[in-house]
Amino acid sequence: MGSSITQQIFQQIVNGLSLGSIYALIALGYTMVYGIIKLINFAHGDIMMVGAYAGWYAITVLHLSFLPALLFAMVACALLGVVIERIAYKPLRNASRIAALITAIGVSLFLEYGGMLLVTAQVRTYPPVFPETMYSFHGVIFKYGDIVMLLTSTILMVLLHITVQYTKMGKAMRAVSFDKDAALLMGINTNNIISFTFAIGSALAAAAGVLMGVYFNTIDPLMGIIPGLKAFVAAVLGGIGIIPGAMVGGLMLGLIESIVSGLGASTWRDAVAFLILILVLIVKPSGLFGKNVREKV
Amino acid sequence: MRLFRKGFTLGMIALLSASLVAGCGTTNSGSSDSSTPIKVGGNLELSGGTAMFGQAAQNSINLAFEQQNAKGGVLGRKLELVAADNKSDAGESTSAVTKLVTQDKVVAVIGSMTSSVTLAAVPVVTDNKIPMISPSGTNAKLTVDPANGEVRPWIFRACFIDPFQGQVGANFALTNLKAKTAAVIIDQKSDYSKGLAEAFITNFTKGNGQILGTEQYVAGSDKDFRPILTRIKAKNPDMVWLPGYYQEVGLIVKQARELGMKMPFMGGDGWDDPQLFNIGGNEAMNNTFYCDHVATDDPAMATFVSDYKAKFNSVPNAMGALGYDAANLLIKAIENAQSTDPEKLRTALETMKGFKGVGGEITIDPKTHNPQKSAVIKANKDGKPTFLTRVAPQ
Repeated sequence: MGSSITQQIFQQIVNGLSLGSIYALIALGYTMVYGIIKLINFAHGDIMMVGAYAGWYAITVLHLSFLPALLFAMVACALLGVVIERIAYKPLRNASRIAALITAIGVSLFLEYGGMLLVTAQVRTYPPVFPETMYSFHGVIFKYGDIVMLLTSTILMVLLHITVQYTKMGKAMRAVSFDKDAALLMGINTNNIISFTFAIGSALAAAAGVLMGVYFNTIDPLMGIIPGLKAFVAAVLGGIGIIPGAMVGGLMLGLIESIVSGLGASTWRDAVAFLILILVLIVKPSGLFGKNVREKV
Repeated sequence: MRLFRKGFTLGMIALLSASLVAGCGTTNSGSSDSSTPIKVGGNLELSGGTAMFGQAAQNSINLAFEQQNAKGGVLGRKLELVAADNKSDAGESTSAVTKLVTQDKVVAVIGSMTSSVTLAAVPVVTDNKIPMISPSGTNAKLTVDPANGEVRPWIFRACFIDPFQGQVGANFALTNLKAKTAAVIIDQKSDYSKGLAEAFITNFTKGNGQILGTEQYVAGSDKDFRPILTRIKAKNPDMVWLPGYYQEVGLIVKQARELGMKMPFMGGDGWDDPQLFNIGGNEAMNNTFYCDHVATDDPAMATFVSDYKAKFNSVPNAMGALGYDAANLLIKAIENAQSTDPEKLRTALETMKGFKGVGGEITIDPKTHNPQKSAVIKANKDGKPTFLTRVAPQ
């Protein structure tokens, strides 16, 4: 046959893309928030965790199917994102950036251990949501969930792109990210725009959480830490503050991890991910998509 | 971030325990009049990745103590379990056991259920000279210090050890599964997984089997195992040896089946929990096997199973049985010693002979503190583990 090596490579690419699309969804939230208020929202991965629990609740307790559960989790987390922004970050809008960053870490710990208090550290399992159908294409195997995951994240990214580029709200977001004060002078309610950005970012994180729960069918209160950090790497890799950068960075990171493991160095996978972060920061701090004139949101 | 937090906790614990060792020489001498209960510590996995093990053990220990208390207790005193949650985490285990020993002044500790978590408590009980019985910690290092080959005087266990379990697994793979080649997937964070993998590899190659590859993962943080599974799939081994705990095992087997890997998977006692089927799915878990301590359908277990069911309204797992045995072993030791003095308890445990537990007879080897016990092999079928065969200690 001789194709077993190619088969293996393609399988690893499929593996990498489905993991990468989750990283990309989380990275988008990081990048949007950074683009608009220059805050690295370290609680972002934990918002994803809350989203996973909201989805779990919707599916097992409210008996919703996948799409309504996804929407439920996204709305719940959008609200949570806005609340967090209003309570924790807004009072620090004019404080130093390090103060806001430390607050973000505090919010992250609050969500992790508050979650543990509320739902216990017990791992919960998602019920099977999708049919266990498998598709084999020349020996490369996809499952139904892979396709849903890629599709859902692509649709959400396209929707986000349209919102940012072609709507009035998107225009306002871009304006605020360029110059907050000038935008304010032009009659834009910057506080609302910032809340809106948090809402969208958190909703995307919730979507990633539900997808992760459905795909890997176990969730726990600390599940957001590692994907959160990885998504941060993805956002920096693509150029933090740049939306297409986050998408590409996420997919690339997923692929890189999958290839590193595929070469037999699974113990080095996380090390490589964070090595990339260090290299990007040294060699090209503005990231792959970073230019001198940045188009930010 | 998490690392910093852990490092900080560990540092604090090191400081605290150092000050304790320096500060006080007398622990546990006071209050032994007949009105106060005998406090026994439970350093258990009540939450986290192996919560099912700790919760089952907590139930069983409480059951054993209640039954004994109904008979008038031991030495005329009631028994009381003081449970501390170690969150299935080695760092938390050190602080949990420190609290039990120094604040609650327990006379002995039962726990933990898993090897790495137990190992983290070893220095604390050793420094404070309190006997500790791990119901189900199977790693050989727990009771014998690998650095000098000497027995750890204060540590005991109620179960067999990994070298035996790995041998049983390898023999089963060679003769029953007729496997000539195998791949091994190891949790690189777990002493249990590493020890069991090593024992399997040694015995499998001794029986002319060939190991085609070993892959590593980190329990707790890894959820996507497809990259390593894709590698194993390409090598197409006759079977996969998967020493790990139910949470990861479920995910790994599920993802392997999704990649079209149909070969048998096999592991050790860490598989033993119904959660395995919730995570992995009944279908995927077919054609998988594991070594275990007891089978709940074993007639010797009948009374324990029905007592447990009556009280907790669920069927106990093997960890429950071992927790029950560990508790009764301790009661027996207190009776034999006629005292709760830690040193006398230690001697009583060390010289324990022919203790009849629900999971088999326990005779402690004073040189290793390991009981000689038989193992069972179970096959998973349609969401249920079924008893296949019993393997006697050699």
